[in-house]
Amino acid sequence: MNLATQTADFRNEPEPKLACRNVWKIFGNRPRRFMARHDNNPSDEALAADNYIGAVRRVNLDVYPGEIFVIMGLSGSGKSTIVRCMSRLHDPTHGEILFDGRDLSKVGKKDLIQIRRHKMGMVFQHFGLLPHRNVLENVAFPLEVQGKGKRKRIERAREVIELVGLEDRIDNMPSELSGGEQQRVGIARSLAVEPEVWFLDEPFSALDPLIRSEMQDEFLRLQRLLHKTIVFITHDFDEAIRLADRIAIMKDGEIVQTGTPEELLINPANDYVAEFTSRIPRGKVISAQAVMDPLPRPEAVASDEYDAPLISCESTIDECAQCVLTQKGPVAVSDLDGKIVGRLNRETVIETIFSNTSDNGYESS
Amino acid sequence: MSLHEAVLRKETDLLSSEERLKPRHLRTLGSLAGMVAIVTAMTLLARQFAWVGDYPDAWIAPFEDWLNVAMKWLIHECSFGLFTFKEFTRSLAWLAGWPFKLGMGLLIKGFDIALSLPVAGRIEFHLPHLSWVGVAGCAALLGHYLQGRRLALISGGCFLYLALFGQWASAMETFASILIAVPLGVIVGLLLGVLSYWSKTAEIIIRPLLDMMQTIPIFAYLVPILFLFGFGPVSAMLGTVIYAVPPMVRCTHIGLRAVPDTQLEAGIISGCTRTQLFLKVKMPSALHQIMIGINQVIMLTLNMVIIASMIGAGGLGYDVLTALRRLHIGRGLEAGIAIVVLAIALDRLSQAATQGKVRKKSFSMGFVYNHRYSLAGLFLLVLATMLGSKLAFVAAYPEDWFITTAPFWDGLMSWININLYDPLYAVRTFLLIYLLVPFKKFLLNLPWLAVIGVLFFAGYRLGGWRLALIVLFPALFPAVTGYWEKTMYTVYLCGIGVLIAALIGIPIGILAAGNARSAGTLNLILDTLQTLPAFVYLMPCVMLFRVGDVSALVAIVAYAVVPAVRYTLHGIRQVPVSVLEASAMSGCRRDQILTKVQLPLALPQILLGINQTIMLALSMVVITSLIGTSDLGQEVYIALTKADIGRGLVAGLGVACIATVSDRLIQAAAELKKERLGLT
Repeated sequence: MNLATQTADFRNEPEPKLACRNVWKIFGNRPRRFMARHDNNPSDEALAADNYIGAVRRVNLDVYPGEIFVIMGLSGSGKSTIVRCMSRLHDPTHGEILFDGRDLSKVGKKDLIQIRRHKMGMVFQHFGLLPHRNVLENVAFPLEVQGKGKRKRIERAREVIELVGLEDRIDNMPSELSGGEQQRVGIARSLAVEPEVWFLDEPFSALDPLIRSEMQDEFLRLQRLLHKTIVFITHDFDEAIRLADRIAIMKDGEIVQTGTPEELLINPANDYVAEFTSRIPRGKVISAQAVMDPLPRPEAVASDEYDAPLISCESTIDECAQCVLTQKGPVAVSDLDGKIVGRLNRETVIETIFSNTSDNGYESS
Repeated sequence: MSLHEAVLRKETDLLSSEERLKPRHLRTLGSLAGMVAIVTAMTLLARQFAWVGDYPDAWIAPFEDWLNVAMKWLIHECSFGLFTFKEFTRSLAWLAGWPFKLGMGLLIKGFDIALSLPVAGRIEFHLPHLSWVGVAGCAALLGHYLQGRRLALISGGCFLYLALFGQWASAMETFASILIAVPLGVIVGLLLGVLSYWSKTAEIIIRPLLDMMQTIPIFAYLVPILFLFGFGPVSAMLGTVIYAVPPMVRCTHIGLRAVPDTQLEAGIISGCTRTQLFLKVKMPSALHQIMIGINQVIMLTLNMVIIASMIGAGGLGYDVLTALRRLHIGRGLEAGIAIVVLAIALDRLSQAATQGKVRKKSFSMGFVYNHRYSLAGLFLLVLATMLGSKLAFVAAYPEDWFITTAPFWDGLMSWININLYDPLYAVRTFLLIYLLVPFKKFLLNLPWLAVIGVLFFAGYRLGGWRLALIVLFPALFPAVTGYWEKTMYTVYLCGIGVLIAALIGIPIGILAAGNARSAGTLNLILDTLQTLPAFVYLMPCVMLFRVGDVSALVAIVAYAVVPAVRYTLHGIRQVPVSVLEASAMSGCRRDQILTKVQLPLALPQILLGINQTIMLALSMVVITSLIGTSDLGQEVYIALTKADIGRGLVAGLGVACIATVSDRLIQAAAELKKERLGLT
């Protein structure tokens, strides 16, 4: 199976919106000097020996316009640090952060402020609302520091507040809001300046499970409207699978694997990734084209040849399961142009739904 | 690590606790044995060599003289070319006098205005001062604005009290100086706090300065201020500001440091410049802490009211001081209570402002509604003052209506003297013979090298060589400057005071911690006790025990007991409920929970409470010199009356040295304890 040809379209876009090139962030005494001493590529042993902490190490990643790029990792894996390097809340110790091809790590203070004012938005795990300002003033804050006029910024703030559905809490102080509402304010604030890149640092981790899934739906709804380029940080693999176009899994400051949810499920790079993917209901993620028996050449459909309905190659196994299981023979899978590219038989469907990549038994989900 | 985890760890270590207990006890025993050994050795040596016992006079460094010479140079010779240093400070004083005059005019004197107009010719008229009705009404309005009806009643009532009891004029004079001193202190403190936040170097310089400002008794720097700024309310104000500023600096610094990271990051990512980040994110976020600082400044300013009157402040402080000097206990108490009343009003108001709910501005209601309180206040002031020009009793509360309690207090005093003389005398004598005198003798007879040796040793045991050396220098200072005996006298008074305060305060704290309601009541009492200026404690003590060491001791205990209670209470109550539940489920009885869980976990807090108790006791010791003790405080006080700058400063530094030594040692002990409990 050649997965590379099957991944989403944005891979074909020539330029990534945001990219990390061999980014390092090291904590300790005079980290730059330490890096230089080790040819900008210190080994784990060298780091440990001199009591340095390699929070982010040799990270390379590309985020393409309009995609939701999720960085997933457990606490201490460096995911928060890398997103702070990307927004320059931290200065990376080494490496390039390319924003529209321009190296952010070399941008001067003034330019950086301008970039943040107009091109970046960020949502924080603990909301980071200013407690002395009400909802409207919080959302209008980025516009205020830009120097936008009062009427204009209030108008814009009201728009975004409506977008996140908080229009009747406009005069409330943050302390009077629930966690979910507070994060809606955080989201509205980050969107007020119409950023090109939207960073979300564990935005839903501090919320109750029910609210969390509600907010995830809300987030997907917003993205369908806005088409931002998104870097989304989470420690929750389910959340990553649910939201991501592509996922990067981090461990100990390094990226272990980058890929679509499907790629991670089918081809986990190592046991660490497999451990996460094993708990995911595969039928919901894996598409027909990933497990079908491909035809050597795409065939046009002769209209009278098949009575059975066609399955789109992009539909998930869960979606087409009923169709396949009620048919006697294999069902044809068509590509987006309507040509038949393969067949899916019931054994494969059953196997996909009930098996796990790791051999710890079957899951009944 | 959180307290909770620490306890869990302690529980899991339960098996090995048996073994761990032993070395710890050995350690304490070892320390004690070491100290006893040092004292014995030095006492024996002192028999052989006199210089071990008493610091030889020949070795005394004439610190005072050096300071006097330096000060003389500053006052008489230091010059910036066009003007001398003294002219510079005096003109500063002149400048600072203006707002004070304005306040006095507004509140008490009114303004005499003479205008020469080209058309109408010369016009002279008297602009009346604000009416007492208006001022009291505004206090009530402010209370209502900040909290509600209850506070309105309290603050309005307090001001009304001042009028009813005939203290209005004096109180307003004091109030005027507070109105100037507090903003000045707040601004200076804010600037220093921000400076120490921005710059590491500034922080390193400012920190120890603050420690000094807080531990050197105020008397000590009154003399130099007197020389530089002259006798009068302005000098008094400046002295007050120096005294009141440190907590403001600290609070500002802490507040700015404590701004949550996410708020900062949210500000940065929104595109704030450095200035915007500071003004729009950090300062508003630190505001609560800054308000606490302002409350502290107000309270310390009130605390200084009486002492400031020694260098020229008028008002209530002056009344207390003169009454005390003439032993007019009744009148002194009246004025003292007036200070307390003023303090309570200002404390409650500023605390309400600190916790204050943010009043939402409403865009729709318009200017008048949004400013209804200030407009009402203004209206009230103008109306009352205008009425005052027609009706004399509105302008100034008439003397015929005064209520006075002075005869009652004087009567009570005579009654006590006649009826309680014997039992009180017995108590006094008993305390003197069996407690005070023996302890004093013991301390004064200790060889000076023994004391220094013990302190050095304690420093080493608690914090290694570093702490030992840090403790050594301030410990040597009194000996080197020739104030050893006075210092030991101070230590004796203060030591006994702290001991008794701890013996009273800690059990009260433990008892009150048992239930939430009594804790609440106790907190209210403690709050009120802390608003009393130190001086006020002296008066009832003198009433009961006459002048002397026993009065001083009682005053010290009464003043210093508050932190002992408060920290114990807080320390015990902060033990997490889950830990208490866990120990209850492990089968602890209530007393076992107390002795095995609560007290050990509260110990670091209690130690810090003792530390505060010592600080308060020291500041009280200095004040008790007014009623005839012969410690460092008296030395400072004499220096003040003789205008001997060097003597005052050196004796003052001596007190600061005692404070430093005990502070460092106790802090180290608390840290060590915390570390052992795994709380760090």
